[in-house]
Amino acid sequence: MAGKSEPVPGERIAIHPRAGTIQLALLAVIAAGLLLAPQFLYPIFLMKLLAFGLFAAAFNLLLGYTGLLSFGHATFFGGAAYFTAHAVKEWGWPPEAGILLGVVGAAVLGLVMGAIAIRRQGIYFAMITLALSQMFFFFCLQAGFTHGEDGIQSVPRGRLFGVFDLSDTMTMYYFVLAVFVLGLLVIWRFVNSPFGMILKSIRENEQRAISLGYSVSRYKLGAFVMSAALAGLAGGVKALIFQFATLTDVTWQMSGEVILMTLLGGIGTLAGPVVGAGVVVTLQNYLATSDFPVTIITGVVFMVCVLVFRRGLIGELLESAFGRRFFAGRRTRE
Amino acid sequence: MTMIFGIPIQALMGQLLVGLINGSFYALLSLGLAVIFGLLRVINFAHGAQYMLGAFAALLLLTVGGVNYWLALILAPLIVGLFGAIVERTMLSRLYQLDHLYGLLFTFGLALAIEGTFRYFYGASGMPYAPPPQLTGAVNLGFMFLPIYRGWVVIASLIVCLGVWFMIEKTKLGAYLRAATENPVLVQSFGVNVPLLLTLTYALGAGLAAFAGVLAAPIYQVSPLMGTNLIIIVFAVVVVGGMGSILGAIVTGYMLGVVEGLTKVFYPEASNIVVFVIMAIVLILRPAGLFGKDA
Repeated sequence: MAGKSEPVPGERIAIHPRAGTIQLALLAVIAAGLLLAPQFLYPIFLMKLLAFGLFAAAFNLLLGYTGLLSFGHATFFGGAAYFTAHAVKEWGWPPEAGILLGVVGAAVLGLVMGAIAIRRQGIYFAMITLALSQMFFFFCLQAGFTHGEDGIQSVPRGRLFGVFDLSDTMTMYYFVLAVFVLGLLVIWRFVNSPFGMILKSIRENEQRAISLGYSVSRYKLGAFVMSAALAGLAGGVKALIFQFATLTDVTWQMSGEVILMTLLGGIGTLAGPVVGAGVVVTLQNYLATSDFPVTIITGVVFMVCVLVFRRGLIGELLESAFGRRFFAGRRTRE
Repeated sequence: MTMIFGIPIQALMGQLLVGLINGSFYALLSLGLAVIFGLLRVINFAHGAQYMLGAFAALLLLTVGGVNYWLALILAPLIVGLFGAIVERTMLSRLYQLDHLYGLLFTFGLALAIEGTFRYFYGASGMPYAPPPQLTGAVNLGFMFLPIYRGWVVIASLIVCLGVWFMIEKTKLGAYLRAATENPVLVQSFGVNVPLLLTLTYALGAGLAAFAGVLAAPIYQVSPLMGTNLIIIVFAVVVVGGMGSILGAIVTGYMLGVVEGLTKVFYPEASNIVVFVIMAIVLILRPAGLFGKDA
């Protein structure tokens, strides 16, 4: 988010000499954990975690690296879920083509919404994306192919590339894991590309980026479409995981949820949104059995995060002496 | 039966009235949003929740305390305003130094927490609130029957909107407020208590939302979610109007309410989204909004 940057801290913590090796080792442990996880945990739950993790990471591409707060990302997530579900169920498309349609559809929606919303900045941007996504919600409520309140149900998972039978839960899990890793790699590459660097410069100081000759609106729009497409990837996969697409995924509450995931995990960090998504999804899963409404918890967590915990879980970790010693000491932003 | 553009005049007038009533709520709410935003630079996402709190305050005052409508019309905004003041003083005021988006996110969380709490205790279904006996019944205007309460809503909201506009533009307190909007540091150096002004402004905005809530209680049912969808439409209204001008917020509110009402007559399928479509068109043609000063 475009804010005041803090002065460089006086104290410096030396990076651990073998920080690189330790990071690789940690990555290997996480990878092994993800590969083995379905042996110990409910696979559908894990797949939900991965889908929402990717969704939040895609959202963070916009908020964390471009400084644009979109309050309408449910449109891309839920919209793609509808497109994928419709293509797979009604047209008999294979799953990979269905997901691709979801991604393309989300990108087109992102192009339209982005083109309108980037005409204003800051708070207005947030309100415009919210209003446009509410419009999309009403469209989905009335359009025929979404089946209104019922949603698209019993979507077949099909055979991936005609070979892998996704109705097998384990096959599906590894497919979702592959999509998740691929999505994160794309985000990582994107953020560290020259394009990503320009986005960060826009976040830091838009006026200066303009004066340097960058066509800021075009870069913003590019980031918006990219973020929408990746959110669409998550949405399309989600439709196949749960085998349905419903109105819930296009509501503004969903847009709010993804903001919370990112905020809780750490805005502008690569792992933060995924961790945040993990916490939120786990919490929802846990609370689903009690009659205590999730919205109260969500709201209070939101308030607490904004008031005292703006760096998020991963942000705080990176900021701590431990994090700076082992993770190159990169300062995160509030 | 008299017809205009192939539509019976009764239907047209009926929807026009509905539009005018919705417009009254849009105007009251977008006015509150604009006043708060002008000084605090916070988009108050909890505005819908405060509207709902107003309606609930009226309902609870009646069922628990036996307080009638007229007294509730004054008491409920005061209660919600006090609540707003406490929230501003204890929490919101800590966020002024940060990016404005944090104010939006905080009030979003606040709205979720309030609505979730009321939903937990009162369920999601609406509860009726009877209009006061003085305002029941209808008058025959010749071309249509006008329910008296609905006429009252339009008049009451007009009076309050114009009153707030007068207070901001013509009184000394309003002058302080406008000056603090321009340059808070300078105004504070003149000895005006700006933090207090900020608290009062937030309380005023919350009170206005609550007033709208009490007005709405007899028309719509009192339910925890009554403000949720409304606030998003009001955001669109605010974007269309541009938050630069108080009068702009009021005029745009009524205007879009009427447009929405007319859409219900001529093309009902689009009535849910017409405000958003207008917002998109305005943004393309005039990004600063109809009454906005800067982009």
